[in-house]
Amino acid sequence: MRGKYVIAGIGHTKFGRLPGRGTISMNVEACRNALADAGIEKSAVDALFVKVPTSRYQSMYGQTLAEAIALQPKVGGVWDQGGATNISMISFACMAIDAGQCEVSLVTLADDPKTGTRQAYEKAWGDDAAYGWFSIAAGYALIMQRHMAEYGTKPEQFGEIAVAVRNHGANNPHAALRLPLTLDKYMSSPFVVEPLRRDDICLVSDGAAAVVVMSGERAKEFGVKAPVKILGFGQGHTSYDVPLRPVLTETMAKASAETAFKMAGLSPKDIDVAQIYDCYTIAVMMTLEDYGFCKKGEGGKWVEGGRVAVGGELPINTSGGLLSETGMPGMQHVMEGVRQMRGTSVNQVKDAETCVVSNQGGIMTTHSTMILSRQ
Amino acid sequence: MSFPLPEPTPLSKPYWDALADGRLTFQRCRKCQHAWLPARAECPECLAAEWDWQTASGKGRVISWVIYHHAYHEAFKDKVPYNVTLVELDEGPRLVTNIVNPEAGIKAERPVTLKIEDEHGVALARFALV
Repeated sequence: MRGKYVIAGIGHTKFGRLPGRGTISMNVEACRNALADAGIEKSAVDALFVKVPTSRYQSMYGQTLAEAIALQPKVGGVWDQGGATNISMISFACMAIDAGQCEVSLVTLADDPKTGTRQAYEKAWGDDAAYGWFSIAAGYALIMQRHMAEYGTKPEQFGEIAVAVRNHGANNPHAALRLPLTLDKYMSSPFVVEPLRRDDICLVSDGAAAVVVMSGERAKEFGVKAPVKILGFGQGHTSYDVPLRPVLTETMAKASAETAFKMAGLSPKDIDVAQIYDCYTIAVMMTLEDYGFCKKGEGGKWVEGGRVAVGGELPINTSGGLLSETGMPGMQHVMEGVRQMRGTSVNQVKDAETCVVSNQGGIMTTHSTMILSRQ
Repeated sequence: MSFPLPEPTPLSKPYWDALADGRLTFQRCRKCQHAWLPARAECPECLAAEWDWQTASGKGRVISWVIYHHAYHEAFKDKVPYNVTLVELDEGPRLVTNIVNPEAGIKAERPVTLKIEDEHGVALARFALV
């Protein structure tokens, strides 16, 4: 299946505050834009993969959306792996097409935690609330603290990641936050749940994004202008919640990347640009380690000196990611990977031929990886 | 303003009752001897439904910790900054807890010992740095 399937179109809504829109309306707009970008009609679509909105669970959400776009998909429904869902759905779409179950798939998500409910992000963890154990942020902070304790990782090294990504976003007209960051500003940013600073934490945004998946052959028949090849994908999921995870600083991102790199016939040294899920800077650092760009525990040292900024050895999150473009869980990374391979990014990496994209969900609980290549 | 107290279920009630009685307990599988917390109906290792509550030594070590500077619940507004710490008991199970003497310097792998404290009338399993 290596290189047989493509992302034919990408589309999104505005990012930031979209009060009163609702996720169905946002999904429809993203799908409309993705179809237009691919240059195909809705009638060509026969599969609809939908990420369940994180902020509010709704039963039969996939078919509610299908109704809103008057589609009767052969393959469809919602998938729930948090932020890892997007890449997983794209890979399931490829597999479904390969198995002859469908031909053209829309893969879409929408969420409105900014103006809707934020309950999902601030929840208490059952009876542990009596000890003051609340929030997703605290789970990441617990992992970050252990990484610092075990490997001597410094706050400034997490700052390197935040600075690079925020400065990429500052250059993106679609970004919800266009505020450049310096290391000094990062270091003076207040603690939320120590060791997590405000500037380690992603945005909370409303918005939607969708992509169209089909075979490269079908894209040629349709005359799709800028299809981007999917060379490989993989998944890996850590079943235990953070406190019960045997080793806090290791996740199944490693297995996810190994599967994707094996399928693509590539290794980390072959990658020109990366879009790494950046809900928190610790997630980026551990993903870089787990993917094999550096050894476990050496992520702090590795990101120093602007290595992950445009102009560095491995530019990451060139549209600003979750820290700056939009807090949307993951599809912005897929879309920016596509733009880099098309050569249309606002922070285009010169001669970039390959891009690895990571998506993850929960508190480094679920993980999905995809490798894209220029046509 | 209500404090978010534990809500014991038929499964977890023995745990909270034992704490009120001054004992920290955990579950141990009769088949494979695996030990775990929090309460669940089956052993997560071998899936057996036969297990016993056992009393812990109360000794453990710090795995990691965080300091809340932001209160996510009204009841914790006047407690910030406060610590939440992950402790692994010598017997294996892990607990989300608080260190009662953080001024002694919370560090990964530092040994801790059980210090049961009353919180709004409920016994909680907190720990002290040794």
